[in-house]
Amino acid sequence: MDLLELARGPALKVAVVVFCVGVVWRIVNIILLHYRRNFNEPRNGFAKSVLGGIKVAGSRSWPHPEFIPRTGAGEALGYSYHIGLFIVILAFGPHITFFGSFVGVRWPNLPSGVITIASVLTFTLLLAVLFRRVTNRVLRMLSNFDDYFSWFVTTLVIVTGMMTTAHFGGPYQTLLGLHILSFDLLLIWFPFGKLMHSFYIFPSRSLNGALLSRKGAAS
Amino acid sequence: MADDPTIGAMLDRHGVSRRTFIKYCTAMASVLALPPLVGRAIAEQLRVAQRPSVIYLSFQECTGCLESMTRSFSPTIESLIFNIISLDYDDTLMAAAGAQAEAAREKAMKDNYGKYIVVVDGSVPVADDGVYSCAGGRSAVDILTEAAKGAAAIVCVGTCSSFGGIPFADPNPTGARAVSDLIGNKPIINVSGCPPIPEVITLTLLQYVSTGKLPDLDEHLRPKVFFGNTIHDRCYRRPFYDEGKFAKSFDDEGARNGWCLFELGCKGPTTYNACATIKWNNGTSFPIESGHPCLGCSEPGFWDNGSFYSALATPHWGKAGEVRPADVAKLAGAAAALGAAVGVGSAMLARHRQKMTVGTPDTED
Repeated sequence: MDLLELARGPALKVAVVVFCVGVVWRIVNIILLHYRRNFNEPRNGFAKSVLGGIKVAGSRSWPHPEFIPRTGAGEALGYSYHIGLFIVILAFGPHITFFGSFVGVRWPNLPSGVITIASVLTFTLLLAVLFRRVTNRVLRMLSNFDDYFSWFVTTLVIVTGMMTTAHFGGPYQTLLGLHILSFDLLLIWFPFGKLMHSFYIFPSRSLNGALLSRKGAAS
Repeated sequence: MADDPTIGAMLDRHGVSRRTFIKYCTAMASVLALPPLVGRAIAEQLRVAQRPSVIYLSFQECTGCLESMTRSFSPTIESLIFNIISLDYDDTLMAAAGAQAEAAREKAMKDNYGKYIVVVDGSVPVADDGVYSCAGGRSAVDILTEAAKGAAAIVCVGTCSSFGGIPFADPNPTGARAVSDLIGNKPIINVSGCPPIPEVITLTLLQYVSTGKLPDLDEHLRPKVFFGNTIHDRCYRRPFYDEGKFAKSFDDEGARNGWCLFELGCKGPTTYNACATIKWNNGTSFPIESGHPCLGCSEPGFWDNGSFYSALATPHWGKAGEVRPADVAKLAGAAAALGAAVGVGSAMLARHRQKMTVGTPDTED
């Protein structure tokens, strides 16, 4: 069995299983945790609280005007590389073939040239994000292994993907094998690190928003 | 071995002029990607070279490789076997049969001990004492071992003799092996392909005869001059891959426009061969030009590498290789159920621990 067969065969299967087990485990675990009984008289009803939660999920996804000069650059960096990741992951022909074989549906792809540009920009932005993390004193003190390793597995997939597309650094099957292996690593790490924010971010903001809205304190 | 002492003498007898011969050798050098002046050196070497005795052994195979070789245009098979080599044994092509044919093989081996070339076509079955491929009452593995002893080199023609090929495919009931798995003390050149390109077979032989040396080989013992690039690297449809234009089915607009066949399972990116450059039928075309994805037939284990029609960038697990959405859904569902059970268990444990430590009178379940 060569590297490519290992990567897209047993390694991928194990990664998918670990990903599914881990993600469901963590979500179920959070849902079933204790929550304090809320004895406050509700200011708003259930429907209004839910709507308020959705509104807060949107409003908290954008910096408050007052803070834009301080946090705008960081947020712009974050949004930019996330958009780049989405383009590279979901709009590249071979990726659509890959995910299509999982879900049974395919969608139109973007030209590979556009994907290449998006990949290079995303990689550059990821480097900038890391630079900001290690040079900003507060961010550096807040960061732990999880932050750096999550950054590493994400960037590794991008780098091996660019090398594969460019046929740079070895035979195509080796590079493709490394690329899929790096994706396998990302899948395995995903549920146990901060990459889980993909599942948590909007539900947690919405829940906080709904609770605040129930109290009439949502903004 | 032929009666004529050298290839040059043979050519003179047939009235082939020196100029014609040098032009022919220059053309060979060009195909082999060698500098033009090397053509002259090849000509000089070939003129004084003796026609080497070649013993062509056919084992567990379909004769497709030999069929392919007979369709070589440059050099032609008749030019090769009448002027360049002395084909002393080939049980498919030779007029003799039975004991006479075997006697010819034994005589050639004895007369040219240490100098003859063994060409092997087909894999060698070793299960059950090699009974699955026999000739003249002897097993293929016996015949190969005997022939290899006095050989100057072994040229494996086709994927079966090079890597085991289709007989080697799972479950490999005959215990098929590649020649290189069985013979370790002789120079071996693998000319893989199912079948190999005719000119790749004949030019590999010609190169060995004219230089007396093994060509540069890759990690699979294939001549780099023919197997140095992937089909994908030299494919005329490569620009469509770069543009992200893929045929999604064999009858869609992309297929009609000649777009890249990657998503239809083309193995061009992982297949090393000269199909896209030398092509087939005297340079007419190659499979991708006819609208079919490359099968990767010149690579080891190509028959077991999943469906020919599933793209390289797709999951590949299980016996059959091809993974369907329903298989993924089953696997993900089972994993999710396990995850949910673990989640419920760990949450219960956390609640219990919390109750034991701080008590939770004001909590809701």
